[in-house]
Order: sequence, then structure tokens, then C-alpha cells
Amino acid sequence: MNARLNPAAAADETLRELMREVELGGPALPMYAVKLDRRHFLKLTGLAGGGLALGFFVGSDAIAAAAKGSAEFSPNAFLRISSKGSILIYNKGPEIGQGIKTAFPLIIAEELDAKWSDVVVEQAPVNPAVYGRQSAGGSRSIPDSWDQLRKAGAVARAMLLSAAAAQWKVPVDELSTRDSAVWHGNRSLRYGALATKAASLPVPDAATVILKQRKDYRLLGKSYTGVDNRQVVTGAPLFGIDQQLPGLKFAVFEKCPATGGKVRTANLDEVKKLPGVRDAFVVEGNGKPTEVMAGVAIVADSTWAAFEARKQLRVEWDESSASKDSWTALTKRAAELSKQPAGETTTLSVGAVADALKGAAKTVEGFYTYPFVSHAPLEPQNCTAWNHDGILEFWSPTQTADRALTTLAGALGVPVEKIKINQTRVGGGFGRRLMNDYACEAGAIAQRFPGPVKLVWTREQDMAHDFYRPGGFHSLAGGVDATGKLVAWRNHFISFTTDGKNPVSGGNLPDQEFPAQNVPNYLLSQTLLPLTTPCGPWRAPRSCSVAWVIQSFLHELSAAAHRDHRDFLLEVMGEPRLLPGGLNTGRAADVIRLATEKAGWGRKLPAGHGLGLAFHFSHAGHIAEVAEVSVDQNKRVRVHRVVVASDIGPIINMSGANNQCEGAVIDGFSTMLGLEITMENGRVDQSNFHQYPILRMADQPRVEVHFIQSDNPPTGVGEPALPPVAPAICNAIYAAIGHRVRTLPLTKEGFSV
Amino acid sequence: MPMFSLRVNGKEQTADVDPNTPLLWVLRDSLGLVGTKFGCGMSLCGACTVLVDGEPIRACSTPVSGLAGKNITTIEGLAKSPTQLHPLQEAWIEHDVPQCGYCQAGQLMSASALLARTPQPTDADIDAAMAGNLCRCGTYQRIRAAIHTAAGKLAKGKA
Repeated sequence: MNARLNPAAAADETLRELMREVELGGPALPMYAVKLDRRHFLKLTGLAGGGLALGFFVGSDAIAAAAKGSAEFSPNAFLRISSKGSILIYNKGPEIGQGIKTAFPLIIAEELDAKWSDVVVEQAPVNPAVYGRQSAGGSRSIPDSWDQLRKAGAVARAMLLSAAAAQWKVPVDELSTRDSAVWHGNRSLRYGALATKAASLPVPDAATVILKQRKDYRLLGKSYTGVDNRQVVTGAPLFGIDQQLPGLKFAVFEKCPATGGKVRTANLDEVKKLPGVRDAFVVEGNGKPTEVMAGVAIVADSTWAAFEARKQLRVEWDESSASKDSWTALTKRAAELSKQPAGETTTLSVGAVADALKGAAKTVEGFYTYPFVSHAPLEPQNCTAWNHDGILEFWSPTQTADRALTTLAGALGVPVEKIKINQTRVGGGFGRRLMNDYACEAGAIAQRFPGPVKLVWTREQDMAHDFYRPGGFHSLAGGVDATGKLVAWRNHFISFTTDGKNPVSGGNLPDQEFPAQNVPNYLLSQTLLPLTTPCGPWRAPRSCSVAWVIQSFLHELSAAAHRDHRDFLLEVMGEPRLLPGGLNTGRAADVIRLATEKAGWGRKLPAGHGLGLAFHFSHAGHIAEVAEVSVDQNKRVRVHRVVVASDIGPIINMSGANNQCEGAVIDGFSTMLGLEITMENGRVDQSNFHQYPILRMADQPRVEVHFIQSDNPPTGVGEPALPPVAPAICNAIYAAIGHRVRTLPLTKEGFSV
Repeated sequence: MPMFSLRVNGKEQTADVDPNTPLLWVLRDSLGLVGTKFGCGMSLCGACTVLVDGEPIRACSTPVSGLAGKNITTIEGLAKSPTQLHPLQEAWIEHDVPQCGYCQAGQLMSASALLARTPQPTDADIDAAMAGNLCRCGTYQRIRAAIHTAAGKLAKGKA
């Protein structure tokens, strides 16, 4: 496989970089790649109507100074308190359904001691030099911004306190704050009344402001409805696809159904004559799936006219370097390889697995297969772009607004300062919109077509041109000793590569992945099959697939040893300790105990019913789940209830955290039940929801969520509740009917709902 | 192209479009009513659900030519007034139903048709009426709870 000819290799390089940013929590973009200790606040002066505004800068003094010089009225602030008392908080991060537009302002409001009903939230401009990280991925929003946002609120509070102390001529330490006011005994001054005075005071050093103790929180940890909910339920224009501009035209962009195909010829003259069509042209692109692949753009008076014209478009593709991937061929090859106990490369070897397996009282072997899946957010990819007044302006539903600036600049050959991005609400992310390919395409079209253009993908295009969660194969052997203790674990992992060296995005298995550090003899090896289909991060990348394999196989071993699985799992966790990679076995044991206790583990169940337990650590979250299922003679599965026990540290918005866990369980079940992407001759077989059947309401399990609010730093919960769902359900199916599921989706093994 | 007259949310509107144009694109691109969403284009996801003479239909697959003289209600017309939300909308806010929120306009329109027909629905009634509406984020549990809450509010209002 020549990596240079493989278009997906370029995507994988980009995605590896992106995932490093996402997982390390530190964006590596040069424009704000600065040490975090250089953070400071800047007061923005000249606010219309008076009042206090605080900008938060992560960057050099030069950046801050430049911003100050130009900031007569700067929107680049987290916080504006008007003299009339309204408190405006800017949400810097993309709202993709994870609730960040509510959670971020809550953190600021807590430290500010604002009354939540006084707070109005607006989406911040995209400017990472001012705001720092402006992306949503890796469940990192909360942990990466926790200190930054707390300090933003605390600095403002300190200034308001100073203003009140000056006005009352009393020492600051006699004052307190609550409900958007400073208090001295029974007298109080509203923040609005103090705002102009506070604005005249020096900004304290963020490093010296005192943050609240958790016991003193008034807002965090309670339930709040989303700040956009009223607009959502009244149909207000919020999403990327809702953007409207005077003179807006509507575009489609047709690419080769096999990744990497180029346009040889197209019937552009015919298409241009079709009703409502304004223009049609070939875009050569730069060959990067994460940016602009070759294709044909059609611009029309309406979305429908553009969609209809697309049906008449005839393109002859040059597929000489396009994907020829075949899922049938890949699964066949993997099945052959699975007979080999070890793969091409040994990733990690601990102890002596071969000897341990030989000496084990019982051994188990299993070959696990899971499919590619698509993100399929309900809002299809779209972006509005307008080349005007020397800038290229975008309205984009992106998960990575910060990175989009440099991606767009690079892909379109425009200086980054000439790119402006407006962050819209995002109709589902799941990792798909970490990539900004649709925005690059819209930009490329806008560079050719005068006036604002909205690019909308059809559902079929969305499903055909994804960065898929890679499928994968695990050929496993394990052993337990005479006391039923886990002693050996061997995994030949068969995954994919686009460059001949590295696993595809989301198709890797790191050394520290459980149970590498929890079993005395462990051998992980891998074989990588060549692939051209683009892969990318899908909700809880890697964890979303490997947790099913690992936690299912662990259950195979405990079943072989006739052990109670809860006891077995706790034994594997061992003494409470923090392992390299972040797994805290004590926190793991706590959520395993809580989930089993709440689910009534060990109780007698009717015939055909079973309870299944699984745990997975990912994205700094420790989560155990117990599923209760029943299976009838026709292999109809009913998931009655899923109990989630989670330790993600303190909760910001209880309603939001619950909602994420509930959704993760539904998503996890939906995906493991009936979703798979297959491809032949480089073309994805599935086109729309009839072939990609997302779970519907009647089949949802009841989800019950419990949190251990430990004193560990808070983390995000968009992802970590998903990985344990599939193994919990499969382990429950085994408990119910004695059938071990080793291939997903469940429909492949004849199950239905 | 012919002009079509439509009664949307009680207001007469005209659109100059091809007769085969689905109502969805007339609402979104011609009339600027973007609350009704595009999800699949094949009546599979329900994001485009609107009411035509009170019945839920999928606007992505309903040509505009057949809608003359009919009353079309979209999410923008579900509330009686900007200050008086429909009980379902209130319940949606109370239960903090939305995650990404993209499907919720369609969910609300299907739910409103259900309550108009079955003021006190059971879980099974709800599941049946909402079967055409996908939620990719998995907010089904809250949707069901919010429909029950709204049904309760409506019953109380009438008592």
C-alpha cells in the first residue's frame, strides 16, 4: 500500500493531530500555543452605557495589548455587567447537544455569586487568542475550562467587592456576596449599581483571587434547563442550517462515492440550464478528506432546486486512486488472521502469557467483530459561506471552531485573519464535526460564486462521506487459575491503517488499556489491514468499541470460572490505586458496587431474564452499568432497564449530566443493536435511515443514573457513559439465555427488538 | 413558475416555486420558517413534521401543489402567542428535554397531534404516535415524560 496514493492517509495525519489536542486538552495551534500560567484578565473599557466587562486572555502580552488598543467596545469578554443589572455571560464553546452553553456560564455565575435568573447567555465570537480552547471533543470542555471560567467569575466578584468597599468605606473582609449583590450586614448593593465603579478599578491578578469551596456552591450541582431551550421549542433559527442572509443561494457538492475519485468529466452545461440553477462548476480540491476533495458544485435558488439538479448531474469519475475497500474481503482476511495467536507487531508483553495459558485451570478463546459505524447527526453537514469585503465569513455548525480557523485558512489559501467564523448551535456532533470538511467545501464554493451560499449535504451524502468509527477484530485467549482468578490475557487485535504504519483514527489500542495493568500475564499484538475509507473519532473513540470486547471477554472468563461477575470484576480491579493512564481502581470499585446495588444484583429473575454488568474508564470518567434484559425464543431482546453509576467528580448541571448519560445509553444500545456501515468497491452500502435504523422510542430502555460526586476534578460526560452499555447488555443476554454475542451489531446474530 | 398560496400558522403566504417542491423547502427557503428541519428527505426521521389540518405529515415528502386551502401549522405556530407557549413546549423546557435539539420541533408537532386526538395518552399511545420521530441524542425518556406532564396540564386547564 502506497500511503502517498491513499487519500485517507492525509486525513489520518490530521486526525491524529486533532485527537492529540482533544485528548491532551491543550490545543496545539500556534496562535495560542502558550503556557497556561500566562493567563490573565483584561478589563475592556469604554463599554457603552457604563458597566463592567472582563476579557480573558490566554496569550502573549502583545496579543492582549493589541486587543486592548482596539477594544472600544469589545465583545471579546466572558462577562458584561450593565449598570442596569443585567449579567451577560458569553459561552465560548460549541454547543453540540452536550449542554455546554448552560454549564460554562453556570461555572462563571457560581464564582460571581450571580443569581441565575439575572444571567443572559450569548455565544461568544470565535477568537482563540482571547478565549483559549473553543472546541468540543474528548469530553474535555469542563476539565480544560474549569479553572479558567471559575477565575473569570472570581475576578469580577473581587472587583465588585472592592467597589462596594470603596462606596461604603468599609473593609472588604466585612462584605459578602450572593444573588447578584454585595452585602454588608443587612444592606446590599446590586452588582448593576456597582458595575461602573468596578470598571474603574484595577483588575486583580487571577492567580491571587480566592475560589469558592465546593461546600459553598449555591448553583453548581442542581438541575437547570438548557439556556437555548425556549428557542429550541419555538423553532427559532439556531442551527447552522437555519442561517439566512439577504440574497442567499443554495449549494450542493457532489463527490465521488469512493473516497479519492477525481472528476474526469461532468455535464455542467446541461446542469446549468436546469430550473433555478445559477452555476455549476468543478472544484479540484486538495485531495484531503478533512478539507476539500474533488467534486462538482451546483448553486441554485433553493435547496430543492439544487437537490433536483444534482439528480441530473452526470459525473465520470477517475477512480484510479480511489478507495476499493470491501468489508466482505476485510472480514474474510481478519477471520483468517484470527487463527494466528499473535499479530505482525507485539504492542505490549507482560509476564509470560503462553506459559500462563498452559498452566491455567480454565482457558477461553473468542473472536470478536464489530463494524464500522457512521455518526449520522440529525442535522446533515452544512455551512454558509460568504466572500465579502475582503473576508471569508462562515456560519458553521462545527465542534472545533478554533481549529476551523487555521484549517479553512490553509485549505482555501486565505490568511487566517481574513477568516471569520460565526459559531452556530450544532445539530449533533458525536465527533463528526471535529472535522471541518463541509466548511472548507462551502468556502471553496464561495470563492467561486458571488454572494452568500449555503451548502447543504443530503442525508445520503452525509452517510456516504463520513469519517467512520472503524470496525475491528479481536482474537482473544484468557485463563483463570484454580481459584478462579484471572491470570492470562492474550489479544491479537486486527485493525486498519491508511499509511502502512499507524492504526486509523479510533482504531488503536494503547498499552495502558484495561486490563493490561490488572493481569499478571498480558500479551497484546496487532495486525493492520490496509484501508482507504476515512475513519475518525466517534463518541468515545476506541472505547466505544473495545470496551464491548474487553468487558464481554472478561465475563466469558468469570462465567467459565463459575464466579459471580461482580466479585470477579472487583478482584481484577484489585487494591485501590491510580494506574498510569488514569484508571483509579478504587473509583472503579465504587461505581461497580453502586451500579450493582441499585440494580439489585444477585436477585432472582424470571426465566429468560438476565442482568449484565460492565465497567469502563474513559475520558476521565469511571462508569459502571448494569442492564436488565429479557430474550424470547425468537431472539427478541427487550432491554428493560439500564442502571448507570458514574464518578465524573462534582456535577455542574445535574439535569445536563443525567441527560448525557441517558442519551449515551440509548446511543450505545441503538448502535450495538442494528447499526453497521459496510462498503464494497470503496462505496458505502447504507444511504439513509431505512438502512441505518437509529433506535426509536418504543425500544428505549429505562435509564437510571446515579452519581458519586467525588472530590476529584470535574470532567465531561458526553462520552464515558457510552462504552459500558454494549457489554452490559451482551453480558445480560448471556445471563438470560446462555448465548455469547461475539459479533455486532446484534442483528448479525439474529437478534431483534 | 406558478405562485402557490398557502395558509401557514393562520397567515396567507405565497411562494413562487415548482409545484413538486416539498413543503419543507417552501417553508425554509421561500418563507424563512426554518424551525421545520431537514433530516433525511425520505419521511424516515420526522424532523420535518408539521400539521396539515391538524394531521402530522412529513413536509420533506409533501409537494406544495396539494396543499392549497389547507391549514398548515409549523413549530413557529404551535404557541398561541410569544408569551403563551403550548403546554408541550412548557413541559419540554421543564423536563430539559433537548440535547442538540434538532429533532425537537418535529417531536413537538407529532406530540401536539397526539394530544389533540388523545388527551390522556398511555406510554403505548405515545410510543405509537412518536414512532416516526428519531432522536439521535436519545432524549426519548424525557420526551415521554414531558408529554405526560403536558397532558396533565391540559387536563387541569380544562377542569
